[in-house]
Amino acid sequence: MKINGYQTVKSLEEAYNLLNENKQNAIVAGGAWMRLSSKVIETAIDLSGLELDQIVETKDTFEIGAMATLRQVEKQEGLKELYNGVLSKALSKIMGVPIRNVATIGGSIIGKYSFSDVLTPLVVMNVELEFYKKGIISLEDFLVSKDRSKDILVKVVIKKEEAKAYFHKMQKTGLDFAVVNVAISKKADTFKIAVGARPSLVKFALEAMAFVNGAKEVTEEVILKTADIAGKELKFGTNSKASEEYRRNIAMAYIKRGLREVIK
Amino acid sequence: MKVVKHALPSVDGKGLMMGRPAYTDDLADPNSLIVKVLRSPHAYAKIVKIDTSKAEALEGVEIVLTYKDFDRRPHTRAGQGFPEPSPYDKFVLDQWVRYIGDETACVAAVDEKTAEAALKLIEIEWDILEPILDFETALDNEILIHPEPEIFENFPIGFDPKRNLAAAYSMEVGNVEDSLKECDVVLEAQFYTQAQAHAAMEPHTVNARMDYQNRLVLYTSTQAPFHIRRIVSQSLDFPMSRIRVIKPRVGGGFGGKQHIHGELLVSTVTIKTGKPAKMVYTRKEVFESSFQRHPMRLDIKLGAMKDGTLKAINCHILSDTGAYGEHALTVFMVAGAKVLPLYNKVDSVKFYGDVVYTNHTSAGAYRGYGAIQGNFAIESAIDMLCEKLGADPIEFREKNMMLKDETSPIFAIMGEGTEGTAMNMESCELGYCVSRGQELLKWKEKYPRVELADSKVRGVGMAIAMQGSGIPYIDMASATVKLNDDGFYNLLVGATDIGQGSDTVLAQIAAEALETTLDKIIVYSSDSDLTPFDTGAYASSTTYVSGNAVFKAAMDMKRAIVKEGALALGVKFEDIEYDGVVLKAGDKEITLKALSNRLYYSEDQKQLMITNSYFGTKSPPPFMAGFAEVEIDTETGEIKIVEYVSVVDCGTPINLSLAKGQVEGGIVQGIGMAVYEEVLYTKKGKSINNNFLNYHIPTRKEINKLTTEFAESYEESGPFGAKSVGEIGIDTPPAAIANAVYNAVGVRIQTLPITPEKILAGILANKAKK
Amino acid sequence: MKVNVKVNGQNKVFNIEPGDYLLDTLRKENYLSVKKGCDNSSCGVCTVLFDGKPIKSCSLLTAKIEGHEVITVEGIQKEADKLSDYFGAEGADQCGYCTPGMALSVYALKEENSNPSDEEIKEYLTGNLCRCTGYQSQHIAIRNYLEDK
Repeated sequence: MKINGYQTVKSLEEAYNLLNENKQNAIVAGGAWMRLSSKVIETAIDLSGLELDQIVETKDTFEIGAMATLRQVEKQEGLKELYNGVLSKALSKIMGVPIRNVATIGGSIIGKYSFSDVLTPLVVMNVELEFYKKGIISLEDFLVSKDRSKDILVKVVIKKEEAKAYFHKMQKTGLDFAVVNVAISKKADTFKIAVGARPSLVKFALEAMAFVNGAKEVTEEVILKTADIAGKELKFGTNSKASEEYRRNIAMAYIKRGLREVIK
Repeated sequence: MKVVKHALPSVDGKGLMMGRPAYTDDLADPNSLIVKVLRSPHAYAKIVKIDTSKAEALEGVEIVLTYKDFDRRPHTRAGQGFPEPSPYDKFVLDQWVRYIGDETACVAAVDEKTAEAALKLIEIEWDILEPILDFETALDNEILIHPEPEIFENFPIGFDPKRNLAAAYSMEVGNVEDSLKECDVVLEAQFYTQAQAHAAMEPHTVNARMDYQNRLVLYTSTQAPFHIRRIVSQSLDFPMSRIRVIKPRVGGGFGGKQHIHGELLVSTVTIKTGKPAKMVYTRKEVFESSFQRHPMRLDIKLGAMKDGTLKAINCHILSDTGAYGEHALTVFMVAGAKVLPLYNKVDSVKFYGDVVYTNHTSAGAYRGYGAIQGNFAIESAIDMLCEKLGADPIEFREKNMMLKDETSPIFAIMGEGTEGTAMNMESCELGYCVSRGQELLKWKEKYPRVELADSKVRGVGMAIAMQGSGIPYIDMASATVKLNDDGFYNLLVGATDIGQGSDTVLAQIAAEALETTLDKIIVYSSDSDLTPFDTGAYASSTTYVSGNAVFKAAMDMKRAIVKEGALALGVKFEDIEYDGVVLKAGDKEITLKALSNRLYYSEDQKQLMITNSYFGTKSPPPFMAGFAEVEIDTETGEIKIVEYVSVVDCGTPINLSLAKGQVEGGIVQGIGMAVYEEVLYTKKGKSINNNFLNYHIPTRKEINKLTTEFAESYEESGPFGAKSVGEIGIDTPPAAIANAVYNAVGVRIQTLPITPEKILAGILANKAKK
Repeated sequence: MKVNVKVNGQNKVFNIEPGDYLLDTLRKENYLSVKKGCDNSSCGVCTVLFDGKPIKSCSLLTAKIEGHEVITVEGIQKEADKLSDYFGAEGADQCGYCTPGMALSVYALKEENSNPSDEEIKEYLTGNLCRCTGYQSQHIAIRNYLEDK
């Protein structure tokens, strides 16, 4: 990563204009992974003067400023109980405290990292993203959107819901990225099942979700069948971490375990 | 004993934690030129044309070096005693590059950015050659990795570059073929071990300057400072008398720093420009362009009788040394020499094989040094044989393994690159280690497996191991003890503290011998101008070989003090009673403090300073038994090391907590090799996992419980009864964990590492069979 | 460009390039306790406290520290001295290269949670790797330090 200039901005408008002034201008969030990239940044835009690191709890939501660190989110009271604390738990498995003190929630979402342990739990919750110009977009839509225009993520809004959730990350050591991660939520009788690090970007197991959501009662038989469908419908791949077959097997194992857990 | 066999804090730990400048880069001249290396993007290629004019023209660039700047003078980068048993097959810079990451050219510039920019301006026209990346196809391949005529071996090591052979060896005791025919049961099995990275926290670092006497002063993070001085002189044709090598604190070695790294290029820059220069490897360079553990294929045949007597061992090994042959022969030989004598009651044993060149990163010295590879194969095979025999694996080992006062013919036959040395096991508590380990792990309650809820199964497995204590008839160490006024001592040693705590351990030996306290021994190590010679920190030699030198020098000093005391008191030498503080003869007495002040300032004035050396004539092995308890998730193959029990016979542990640290550090590095670590390459020979995000050394989360004990043991030939303890810890985890996994879920992993993916594949294959 | 920062209680002005990382800046400014290990925020030997929180200085742009406070082990000498006694007692320091970063992480943990569980200690320090000790002796030393034994 080469950085030619650095600008701390005073307003979102200034940041937005600067961002779109030059193709090679970019926002630096935490910058935790920047060193891994070989990109050239003409002007690095620093948003840290804009107080985007606040987390506000309202009656119906948690509004998380995009510059809040992963560690702030992990430790936020209230969020630790939402969806039985699935987000805190997922964040606590990422790398180690010093990284989570730097990496931001916004940077983790906007990069659409395929290995992300942030996106997988978030996507089974009810989450909206607030951009400076584009306004509000649901996380689900954002993940599939092909829109490449540059904008600034301002807030991540998580709706408070009575729901249970499960997250598991299969990793080889405490510093490892996910080999596969699985998140499941159950709100009333509706299940969401998402699998990330397949090794590509997190995806819902839509057919499996349709099956389990259509079942009258979630029996052990239904659970096995749901995992089976998910294993068949989702695409997995091979890389140096694991083979396609292994990823499928462990995703299915953890989908089963997750379903058993959320129906408890 | 008052100082030895106690858990004393290390002499350097506090200052280091408090951040005092102490490591190589902390001591670099702030005006150093930054030296950066252009590394080969090709696994095998020849430079047709190299143009450095643009790089040289860049402002701030001081010098650019290519192969044209060096004589074709082959050397080995292995830090070994001279003449080395490694082939002289490396040039400082060469027209050929032999792996991705090999040195192609080098730039020195005023800062890092300029140096990196200059590297990009070097233009090269390559003749890209087809590489050999599969070590099983290297021997007699039509592609030759070392066709150059200048390279040679110092003495016969089986070196034959026309066959891509860096080294070869064979030996046989008895006749294995005949013995196997007589056996009731024969087991044949093949094993593979992987390349492992050393992953010391401090990257390879070196800096150089010319001092006011126009001598070259090198600060370098090394395990073998005296070998570095010799190799720099040899390969750069620079007088050895004009080189001073200083080894500051070293941030971990594990064998990785028993080689030349940046020393030759940085020295050349400083010699040619007269300016200070420094190099710090990036982590990527440490992974791709330093060294790694030799990958091996091991074919084992064991033959036994129904009564549980092991009769014959046949061991063939193919070892991959990568692009250059550092430690090729010796690591390969240790895979036999420090494993096979464990089973010393066999009728016949054969050990043979080849070490081949490939176009991968060079393999080199690495803690365990072949023994870990050999141990994985033999100790896995023993369990497999026991299953065939219906024998209990522990009873089988107890019946067939080495015991006290016994020997093995292998000791006399196999040394490190040369003939070996016959020796009896004057200390060997392996039997105790095996029985105590069972108690500590509650083996009998847990063997072979315990089923838990939620598809979890626990299993236990074990392995025994041995190592050596220095290299007999090759390693020499020396120590100087100096008495100061006020009655404290300087201890000057060539021995190399690389974080293992040898400065502390050697100071303890001196303090015990001189009957004083640790704070009265000021230890200074590894400075080629100031400290006496020592081969370096490798081959588990420091406590035993260097420790013996310290012991001898300290005992000489004590005698010299008594002699001076007798003179001062006007009595005979024999009449003096000395307790390390006061010299007494009848009613006359003088304190050491008063005597030392007298020697400096008043009468019989002289400096007491005594040097003595130790040259080993045997290498008494430390022994251990390692016991693993693992928990397997039968639906995902995930493995957790629940506990690892080590019971070690290292003779007297000089420092109880540091010795434990050596064992536990070795165990966890061995667990890394067993379960988590593997250097991976693309099909083109490029490293895939050249950072800590993708190369997984164990973190503290993987370590649940380590139980470590020492057997009561005393080695007469060692200082205060000590043997070595630096490497023995790493040897058992691969086999013990493989055996535990088998006992838990019936899956036998013969290719390291033992990953969840391989375990699950085995579980599924077993299910399909049923 | 210039950045204003408080390091170990002292106000400093550093002259830097926009792409400089804090590790390199600190070492250049002679804070030599901050070590270089991996350059991609995995090993932890470059740990410093940024507004009291441990971060990896190899991966933080120096420009980002404008107006903030940085503490290196030179700034917590008393605590490091004390912690090193516990490390020494367990033989937990070996090569020492990771220990200044470790001391800062342990200090921050103590400030944040004075009575952590074993799991919480491990979790907090996962990003501080050690290749020498096998971790257990460090863990015992850290636990004893936190309990002031």
